[in-house]
Amino acid sequence: MRITRLAATLGALTMALAVAACGGDDEGTGSGSGASGIEGKASSGKLVIGVKADQPGLGLQTGSTYAGFDIEIGKIIAKGLGVPESGIEWKTTVSSNREPYIQQGQVDVVVATYTINDERKKVVNFAGPYYKAGQDLLVPTASTITGPEALAGRRVCSVSGSTPAKRIQTDYKDAKLQQFDSYSKCVTALAGGQVDAVTTDDIILAGYAAQDQYAGKFKVVGKPFSEEPYGIGLKKDDTAGCNKINDILKAAATDGSYKKAWDDTLGKSGTAAPELDTAALSNCS
Amino acid sequence: MSTDAVLYDHPGPKAKARNLVLTIVFGIALLGLLYWIYSRFDAKGQWDGVLWKPFTYGTTWNDYIIPGLLNTLKAAAVAMVLSLAFGIIFAVGRLSDHWWVRLPAGAVVEFFRAVPLLLMMFFIFFGVPFITEQPMSIFWAVVIGLTLYNGSVLAEAFRAGVHSVPRGQSEAAYAIGMRKSQVMGQILIPQAARAMLPVIVSQLVVLVKDTALGYIISYSELIQLGVNNLSANYGNVLQAAIVAAIIYIIVNTLLTSFAGWLSRRTRRRGRAPREAGTAAEQATIGPSMGGGGVS
Amino acid sequence: MDVFSDPLNRDVYITGFLWILKLTLAGGVGALVLGVVLAAMRVSPIPVLRGFGTAWVNIFRNTPLTLIIFFCYFGLFSTLGLSLADDIDLNNFWLGVIGVSVYTAAFVCEAIRSGINTVPPGQAEAARAIGMTFLQTLTIVILPQAGRAVIAPLGSILIALCKNTTIVGTIGLMESSSAMKQLINENGDNVIPIFLVFAGTFALVLIPTGYAFGWLANRLAVKR
Repeated sequence: MRITRLAATLGALTMALAVAACGGDDEGTGSGSGASGIEGKASSGKLVIGVKADQPGLGLQTGSTYAGFDIEIGKIIAKGLGVPESGIEWKTTVSSNREPYIQQGQVDVVVATYTINDERKKVVNFAGPYYKAGQDLLVPTASTITGPEALAGRRVCSVSGSTPAKRIQTDYKDAKLQQFDSYSKCVTALAGGQVDAVTTDDIILAGYAAQDQYAGKFKVVGKPFSEEPYGIGLKKDDTAGCNKINDILKAAATDGSYKKAWDDTLGKSGTAAPELDTAALSNCS
Repeated sequence: MSTDAVLYDHPGPKAKARNLVLTIVFGIALLGLLYWIYSRFDAKGQWDGVLWKPFTYGTTWNDYIIPGLLNTLKAAAVAMVLSLAFGIIFAVGRLSDHWWVRLPAGAVVEFFRAVPLLLMMFFIFFGVPFITEQPMSIFWAVVIGLTLYNGSVLAEAFRAGVHSVPRGQSEAAYAIGMRKSQVMGQILIPQAARAMLPVIVSQLVVLVKDTALGYIISYSELIQLGVNNLSANYGNVLQAAIVAAIIYIIVNTLLTSFAGWLSRRTRRRGRAPREAGTAAEQATIGPSMGGGGVS
Repeated sequence: MDVFSDPLNRDVYITGFLWILKLTLAGGVGALVLGVVLAAMRVSPIPVLRGFGTAWVNIFRNTPLTLIIFFCYFGLFSTLGLSLADDIDLNNFWLGVIGVSVYTAAFVCEAIRSGINTVPPGQAEAARAIGMTFLQTLTIVILPQAGRAVIAPLGSILIALCKNTTIVGTIGLMESSSAMKQLINENGDNVIPIFLVFAGTFALVLIPTGYAFGWLANRLAVKR
């Protein structure tokens, strides 16, 4: 009786460990076949897209699904690759894990306010840009802050380790930087008056400003002080897939689906859809 | 000291009056503080209906809080089983007669007890894939991090528990011809586990709380879904955090009271080594507290 | 190790651990004082104080520290208006100290309470017999003896506290875990050396600390 019980415990442990071992392997391997690239993956009718889950207007988890401009772009790409909408698996990413996710094959593409820059190009490939954002400031409606120069001595909030935070640290040293792990917290601190401004890409800020509960409270200053071309990240060696996505974007610009993606999401606040510069779609390496 | 009441005399009329006055003074101060907090929240509009209303929507619970809680519990449950296994294996390792088992086991346990879990999770998630060249799923990054840390703490608890079992037990077992592994597996570990139940449970509570760190590497647990993502929709980050904290308190209180019930049950049957049990509790309250909720 | 030959990166590393050190010292003192007071409350003759102590322990011990630190910023500072310093980092530091203290105090309280239980009842009975009040019995007779019994658990709590201070990074203090994350972000190819340096620093300081407390506990143990 003693022995059976011990055996049963050991059995249970072994099973748990076995499950552990298997689980470790199979998550994400489906998308790990780097050689065949994105098109190979898409031919299986499935695509894993990494998106943000906490950025209103761009990539926001609303209920059981995701909504926003990035999400619509993701759908356009999936459609162009021949993947039905039911074959898309959305995966939440945060700024700091986008490169590892792509490198490790946890996601096939990333459409998550992903700025194209040289440092990132070393490790991932970028299709796009599909939108040109710029770092800007979100301030209370009555604020006198007119641009980054006016930040001296003021408190400005951004996400820890993000590019906007780093730019404030290096280019605007007089500003006092508060860092959190999400923009929602920054915006809450702005609403409470603990910080004087929130800084990141204008398009993200606009998404927050347009939210119901902040209606009329905040404004985006409107003087972008950087260029943040948003790209679609995928594996470094997948040049063919990258070119394919650029072709899909070009098609989307002409057939109106790009404009529709904007109008259905960020355009709701009244901003007209930007022109997609198809000539610039040449970032693939 | 079995009862706290031994510290003071039974109150006479004077002491009763003094206690009453102190009760009233402290009570009023406490109520005053609570009212001040309430009014400050009110002044800042934190009780506004808009901010709390989302918690009456089914979708808030079905799509954010409940899936988040389930992911928290899933990671916690798997990590609990693995930590217990890790704890037993390494406790036995540290008690081994062979130095080449004892020393490495000791080194592993000491190292993982000393490194903050947050650092550990960062490393497992961002660093390990560079070594294995295999993707690391967030779920397993969280679970492995939790297992290494809590398993190490449990290993120390088990070791102390084994030491607390009266020597006569193992001597008797050897006398009837049991092998070393039998003595450990059938005599010492079962008694140690019962004696250490309170320590084990408080470490499991620590483990449940530590799953909260998973959100920092974007594991979709209660804080990620129920606080960050939810408040991105409704702008009610403080309210969402209050709700999440209440859920954590409920889950952990249930876990603790389940353990209390379990411990009473084993004790009533008279199978727990009572004296040894309390002694061990004293001796090793360290690890449990030390767990303190790391990281 | 190339990463740490860059003075900028070394600064990030040093600043990170300086914050951890300061948080540990300030938080440790705060948690100890608060924990002793809470323990005294929990064994006091006044029900409302006992209830307060119990509620404190049950609430703070069962809430993740991440959330407690969060409430320090968005509750204490943001909503209740408690501003502790003009400088952002310093303000966040003190908010972090409060969060870590109130959380750890719950564990200190429980450790001391079980330490009180190790003192033989005869001690308290004798104290009462010579006419000592509750506070006298507690502070002159019981706590000094209980204190020696809880050195080892308090050591473990201090070590846990030190590791827990990394969570203050979530409100923007560049402590060592945030520092490590930043270095990893900037030097993706050097993940392993970076981790080993940070983890190694913790291990080098905390493992000996643990043994030191164990040695101290043995030396000061009340022989009965």
